[in-house]
Amino acid sequence: MNEIRWHGRGGQGAKTASQILAQINLREGKFVQSFPEFGPERSGAPMRAYNRISDEEIRVHSAVYSPDIAVVVDETLLEAERPWEGLKEGGTLVVNTSCSAKEIRGRTGYGGRIVALDADRIARAAGTGFANIPMLGAVAAVLGTPWELVEEEVRETMGERISRDMLTKNIAALRTAYETAKGASDG
Amino acid sequence: MRKVMTGHKAVAEAMRQIEPDVVAVYPITPQSEIAEYYAQYVHDGVVHSELVPVESEHSAMSACVGAAAAGARVMTATSSQGLALMVEVLYIAAGMRLPIVMALANRSLSAPINIHCDHADAYLARDAGAFQIFCESAQEAYDYTLIAQRIAEHDKVRIPGIVNLDGFTLTHTSQVVEPLEDEAAKKFVGPLKALYPLLDVDHPVSAGTFAMPDYYFELKRAQAAAIEEVANVFLKVQQDYASLAGRRYAGFIEPYRMDDAERAVVVMGSTAGTAKVAVDGLRKKGEKVGVLKVWLYRPFPYAEVAQALATVQAAAILDRAFSFGAMGALYSDVAAALAHSERRPTLANYIYGLGGRDVTVDQILQAFAELKEARPETRLRYLGLRE
Repeated sequence: MNEIRWHGRGGQGAKTASQILAQINLREGKFVQSFPEFGPERSGAPMRAYNRISDEEIRVHSAVYSPDIAVVVDETLLEAERPWEGLKEGGTLVVNTSCSAKEIRGRTGYGGRIVALDADRIARAAGTGFANIPMLGAVAAVLGTPWELVEEEVRETMGERISRDMLTKNIAALRTAYETAKGASDG
Repeated sequence: MRKVMTGHKAVAEAMRQIEPDVVAVYPITPQSEIAEYYAQYVHDGVVHSELVPVESEHSAMSACVGAAAAGARVMTATSSQGLALMVEVLYIAAGMRLPIVMALANRSLSAPINIHCDHADAYLARDAGAFQIFCESAQEAYDYTLIAQRIAEHDKVRIPGIVNLDGFTLTHTSQVVEPLEDEAAKKFVGPLKALYPLLDVDHPVSAGTFAMPDYYFELKRAQAAAIEEVANVFLKVQQDYASLAGRRYAGFIEPYRMDDAERAVVVMGSTAGTAKVAVDGLRKKGEKVGVLKVWLYRPFPYAEVAQALATVQAAAILDRAFSFGAMGALYSDVAAALAHSERRPTLANYIYGLGGRDVTVDQILQAFAELKEARPETRLRYLGLRE
């Protein structure tokens, strides 16, 4: 079973990314859970969301304390939330940052694998402005999910909610982040 | 087809397929999304239900009583304080023998105010005369909503039914659910056969009548017989559903790795799943442990619980609410079930998970570890509490 913990701020779309990821994993034939940290939802306040992905039925219903992947959607939470804490041995810290993985290692002291990508810049370049979709692409790449499934699901889910133009831009951001994370060297 | 959906959506989907004539509902966290989904279905013309957006839960249940007495198929949903406000009228619904099915998104009761999960609301309605089912997953919440509708509307039952699903833990968690096709679900539930409907003006009846000491007792005895009858109907309907949907549902309780278990936890709701994970871990280490999950809480399956625990040496009964001034409510039922058994385990009673306190595998492991030293006692123990 893979467990993922997302760290973001209310309004950044970490919960949405977590839900889309669950649907992507379902396409792979997996059992999934996706849930936010239950509590008051306030724009800008630190929040967490969780995923579980498994080949077998998922029965546990607690929060995730020892994730395989910790995802930092908002870099300002890096020091405040210490999101690498509890990561399983062999786990991965995925950070939205303009710093290199090496610099993140210096700031956190985390000894495991670090994937650093500038999801904000990717989102701006693509014209979407939201880092959650590129971060979703990065996490899917870290999980080794085939690109076709990622694209299919995002097209289907987001296609219902946004314009065709905005969808194309989001797919571009998703793809860039997916490829960046796939080829990321560990700092 | 397997889909990812929240517990809310799973319940709303079952309601859409049942398509009651009337849904009277008032929003309250963590139930609100069920009402919102259903309102959307009504707005979109997906269902032809009369949605009554009442001004309180007291009114919601009152509207349900009126509509059900008139001969309509009726559903509602609530949580916590909403149920507290409904309870007065829920007793009336049961006494009038009205088959109103409701989802209860389990949430703690105030004060202090808290929107998160425990079972205080379900326990509050315990003696109202509704049958109660507890669900482990969103899949079960979907399945048992359909099953409850059939049970409630059975000729020999005709009482309200409550389908419990843990607030947030099930309602707000997206998980894999495999619903039935619409046609299969509709066929399974079947049409409502209205009994003595008030709107049948050719056959006028009185409903909600006065009963003095000369008849009240007998009428209440008849109501007791009706909820006892749920047990028979439950098994039949559950079996029908299991073969239709391909689920392994069989009985009022679900024993998990209980065959040679020396220690067991008895539990209701989503924690049963977490307990199964704890049991799998301990079994790998060679420990003989199991879980007894209670699906049907009211009427309580005394004989089945006693039998399932007969060969166990020690059992922890997990209550997700206080019954202030007494042992936990589930514990009291299990103890009563075992009162006449020659072979019975030493019992421990744990209060856990109040107000949404996260329930972890480690907490269940703690209960199993403490059961090794179980001694006869009448006191409450706690899981996940800072003292």
